[in-house]
Amino acid sequence: MKAKEMICIVCPLGCHIKVLKNDGVYNVTENKCLRGKEYGIKELTNPIRVLTTTVKIKDALLNRLPVKTKEAIPKHKVIKCMEVINSIEIKSPISVGEVIVENILGTGVDVVASRSM
Amino acid sequence: MLAYDIVVIGGGPAGLAAAIEAKKNGVDSILVIERDRELGGILQQCIHNGFGLHIFKEELTGPEYAEKFIVELQKLGIEYKLDTMVLNIREDRLVNAINTEDGFMIIKARAIVLAMGCRERTRGAINISGTRPAGVFTAGTAQRFVNMEGYMVGKKVVILGSGDIGLIMARRMTLEGAKVLAVAELMPFSGGLTRNIVQCLDDYDIPLLLSHTVIEIKGKDRVEGVVIAKVDENKRPIKGTEKYYECDTLLLSVGLIPENEISENVGIKMDPITSGPVVNEAMETSIEGIFACGNVVHVHDLVDFVTEESRRAGKNAAKYIKNQIQSEGSITETKPGKGISYIVPQKVRPENIDKTLDLFMRVDNVYHNMNMVISIDGKEIKRMKKRHLAPGEMEAVKIKKEDLMDSKHAEITISLVEEGA
Ligand SMILES: Cc1cc2nc3c(=O)[nH]c(=O)nc-3n(C[C@H](O)[C@H](O)[C@H](O)COP(=O)(O)OP(=O)(O)OC[C@H]3O[C@@H](n4cnc5c(N)ncnc54)[C@H](O)[C@@H]3O)c2cc1C
Ligand code: SF4
Repeated sequence: MKAKEMICIVCPLGCHIKVLKNDGVYNVTENKCLRGKEYGIKELTNPIRVLTTTVKIKDALLNRLPVKTKEAIPKHKVIKCMEVINSIEIKSPISVGEVIVENILGTGVDVVASRSM
Repeated sequence: MLAYDIVVIGGGPAGLAAAIEAKKNGVDSILVIERDRELGGILQQCIHNGFGLHIFKEELTGPEYAEKFIVELQKLGIEYKLDTMVLNIREDRLVNAINTEDGFMIIKARAIVLAMGCRERTRGAINISGTRPAGVFTAGTAQRFVNMEGYMVGKKVVILGSGDIGLIMARRMTLEGAKVLAVAELMPFSGGLTRNIVQCLDDYDIPLLLSHTVIEIKGKDRVEGVVIAKVDENKRPIKGTEKYYECDTLLLSVGLIPENEISENVGIKMDPITSGPVVNEAMETSIEGIFACGNVVHVHDLVDFVTEESRRAGKNAAKYIKNQIQSEGSITETKPGKGISYIVPQKVRPENIDKTLDLFMRVDNVYHNMNMVISIDGKEIKRMKKRHLAPGEMEAVKIKKEDLMDSKHAEITISLVEEGA
């Protein structure tokens, strides 16, 4: 298999790393530290991202409440999560950290409010 | 006439941290003045995460970061006025402000903290030919519309400038269903953080066109398209490289400038490179008793550094009220050497430093494998290896008080030298 090239985003150095899979074993090269190895493998097997967006809110100071996934979710579910979050509307008052969508799309991760409003 | 010990102008992260720190250092009579409808400044529209890694050791979103400080301010019982605009200040520390409830107010302050933040450069500041149709926004204005009002600014988008706000908005617009065709960057490198390029552009296959710029905007009432061309090393468009992009929106992310009309009108000395006031180790400007912190002094990319710097301003404003500032003694100047574009603070009174002097700076280009050398009066005192330096990433350096006390301390220089040199 061909080595996959990517930029490690764990720290500002942004190493251009290479990840190669050989007999089920991942080999990472050109990373300057171990965190880069972990990132490279994760990025190839199950890339994850924190999603931050907004949800419609009624009777509040603003029309939108900022929300985030409490943990990172699989990257390929980001767009589907957006559809879920964009389909709902909530009512003020909400406090920061309050769960807006529980266990979104079975990821085991909650969507929570990023501020009180 | 209203009177306070400290008046803080601006209720963003800088003003909040300064007010809180002043209160913790024993000053009770404090007023924060904010022209917006709520506290928190620009953070309220920055809904993405990545704030607070240094201060809170966790990745917060902008509103979460702001809320922590707003709650603390309220708990401490610090007074604030919203929807209130400071018009100008006087050298004798009178603050003129206005709102619809109180009308015109003259507020007497013993110390003032300037924390007005920055604003975005607009299209006027850069020259693009063509018509002036609707659909051209600064990235920050678009961010506010989308994230706070829930109003999408367009469907097919081109972004000029690859600063962090532009990158973040490329992802945000994509998530909300828009098609971002390209991000064009005049320089041969991006002004944004690498992690933002990966997470905001690469994740969504948005091309980043380095050494490219928008040379023309087309459309009568609404943007219909833009022409992008490659530029040469002198940043002049290269004939024959023009390409037309059909789009309805152009977002500009071409830089931020400190918001300093108030500072300039009162005659505070400005630094032409940072476009902010010249400050000393106490974050005091050239006018005694007037302090400044946050983006009004120099544009920060990490809010954590804003907080750190603003705490210093608040603490020193409190010291000033209590007559505890050592303003006698010599003054050391900080001088950017080779590779460094500016250093804040520009002036230092070594006697007045607690333990360490914190210096913030930016480099003037992208560098790899360099040594950052700090010298006092020409004598090297510290050398740090830097594997990667970029203008988009602010650097911070600490100098021990002892190192400053045993020199004639006329000048602190910081410069870059190649490894091995
Ligand atoms: C559009 C935009 C997006 C940004 N996005 C990010 C980001 O994603 N991540 C990041 O780390 N940094 C970001 N920054 C940088 C960010 O500004 C700083 O991290 C931080 O918010 C600066 O804090 P501040 O308090 O100095 O300024 P601000 O947050 O701008 O606060 C200044 C406050 O002063 C008020 N004010 C100004 N003039 C007056 C007056 N005359 N009277 C009364 N009140 C006044 C303003 O209304 C504002 O609330 C962004 C900046 C901008 C402009
Ligand atoms: S590999 Fe290590 S040093 Fe390189 S970018 Fe990743 S975390 Fe930073």
